[in-house]
Amino acid sequence: MIDLSLLPDGGMAWLEASGVGSHLVVSTRVRLARNLKQHRFATRNDAAEREAIYGEVDAAAAEAAGLRRAVRFRVDHLELADRRLLHERHLLSRELAAPEPEGRVRQGGGLLVQESASIMVNEEDHLRLQAIRSGFALEGAWKAVSTLDVELGQRLAFAFHPEFGYLTSCPTNVGTGLRASVLVHLPGLVLTKEINKILQALTQVGLTFRGLYGEGSEVVGNLFQLSNQTTLGKSEPELLDHLGKLVRLVIENEERARQLLLRDATSIIEDKVWRAYALLRYARTLSLDETMNLLSGVRLGVGLGLIPNVGMYALNKLLVFAQPAHLAATERRTLSDDETPVRRAAYVRQVLEDEVGRRGPSAGTPSA
Amino acid sequence: MMCKICGERESVINVTEIVDGEVRTGGLCAKCAAEKGIETGIGLAETPLGGFLAKLGEGVGPDAALAAALGLGCPQCGATLHDFREVGRVGCASCYLIFDAPLRELLRRLHGSTHHTGSRYADSSAAIQPSPPSSPSDGDLRDQLKRAIESEQFELAAELRDRIRRLAGDRE
Ligand SMILES: [Zn+2]
Ligand SMILES: [Zn+2]
Repeated sequence: MIDLSLLPDGGMAWLEASGVGSHLVVSTRVRLARNLKQHRFATRNDAAEREAIYGEVDAAAAEAAGLRRAVRFRVDHLELADRRLLHERHLLSRELAAPEPEGRVRQGGGLLVQESASIMVNEEDHLRLQAIRSGFALEGAWKAVSTLDVELGQRLAFAFHPEFGYLTSCPTNVGTGLRASVLVHLPGLVLTKEINKILQALTQVGLTFRGLYGEGSEVVGNLFQLSNQTTLGKSEPELLDHLGKLVRLVIENEERARQLLLRDATSIIEDKVWRAYALLRYARTLSLDETMNLLSGVRLGVGLGLIPNVGMYALNKLLVFAQPAHLAATERRTLSDDETPVRRAAYVRQVLEDEVGRRGPSAGTPSA
Repeated sequence: MMCKICGERESVINVTEIVDGEVRTGGLCAKCAAEKGIETGIGLAETPLGGFLAKLGEGVGPDAALAAALGLGCPQCGATLHDFREVGRVGCASCYLIFDAPLRELLRRLHGSTHHTGSRYADSSAAIQPSPPSSPSDGDLRDQLKRAIESEQFELAAELRDRIRRLAGDRE
């Protein structure tokens, strides 16, 4: 099994809940799609060409300050458990990680990680540069990824069209190749049933949404990834600005919905968040979906100041570590399908107990 | 070629099947193929891109058929427009030059623009140069049209005729 302690902050500085608006915004991610102009794109190239691509990227990275100390993984040389682990950490896409038991790993797939930035090699595009930051931090994430782009661009010949801009395997990414996404927690809008109206409005102004695990994934735990739909015709700052404005608008609406709930349905909300807490604190088996949904309740309770003895960092950490590959890594062995929900419940209990230990008991403290 | 089942939509995949001990081949549209459980790669159909691709098929079907008939793949990666429609992914950087017209139209529909206004790639000498797509000239097409008529390939001939007209229209 790979040693994740090799990764700076375990590749998870984004969990620290330090960013702006971190009780509502879990993390911000910006990625850039780039391709090498002399090489065929993913659907038309072969293993030998992908090897060559990996070699070129690796050599360029060795000279780039932002990547010189990067931890490198050849994804096709990793065991299934490790690929799952990196996928659960949002460092590998589903496509590159092939996390299914019979998943076919693409030869030449690679991952380079340095601090909060990383590069996937031979994904749908030759390079996917990405940076993840804690909280609402579009600018910080953009700067990190843009620095890498410039450094690599000096050493690699990117496919660039004078009119269309950066060329990508899928036409939906052409132009800037930029996809920025903000992971927001919107239980207030879900509970007040405002969410569909808001999401619909967002899609009409050029935004898309998806679940926690990216493309095609379902929304669990009221966590929505909002991102720009188009990549061509607007500059990077314009795209980021547009997304940022809309996310702020969503946050305002979420805050308003929460205040409304607290004012008009106080006991219902209090009951809901404490029930969620109680289940997480004492349940003996937990499925992943149930855990995510209960964590949403607790997160809401913490955000509203109803549950005082849990930190956002602990909740963010649970989003990652309650996943199957992470539970197995913590146990240092493979877990059967029956064992996983039991181990998950034990892990969640432990984290919440530790929080009480650090912050002092407070359960049962009436908020009124 | 139209779908052999519904006869309504452009076919996107060729299938060979054995019916009553007879080998039959024919093209199926994405919808009918899906109904028969055949993977066309256009499970994309539900995505926005899939919708555009389906429309792209209507608009440039003859182009794709012509390109295929003439063996006009991309010189760098070998992809044809037909390949693109099947997988929804572009084969290489040159494809964006070779299939300029349909991809330009697709980009316009997807993004509402074809004009990149973001950061320019610094190493512009290394960037691909805009060269005219190496599509067949008017003369080539006329030769092909003549041969198509002689060999009674009237469907191809009709497409070539349209193509020559469009080429003439482009110049005006
Ligand atoms: Zn059909
Ligand atoms: Zn090509």
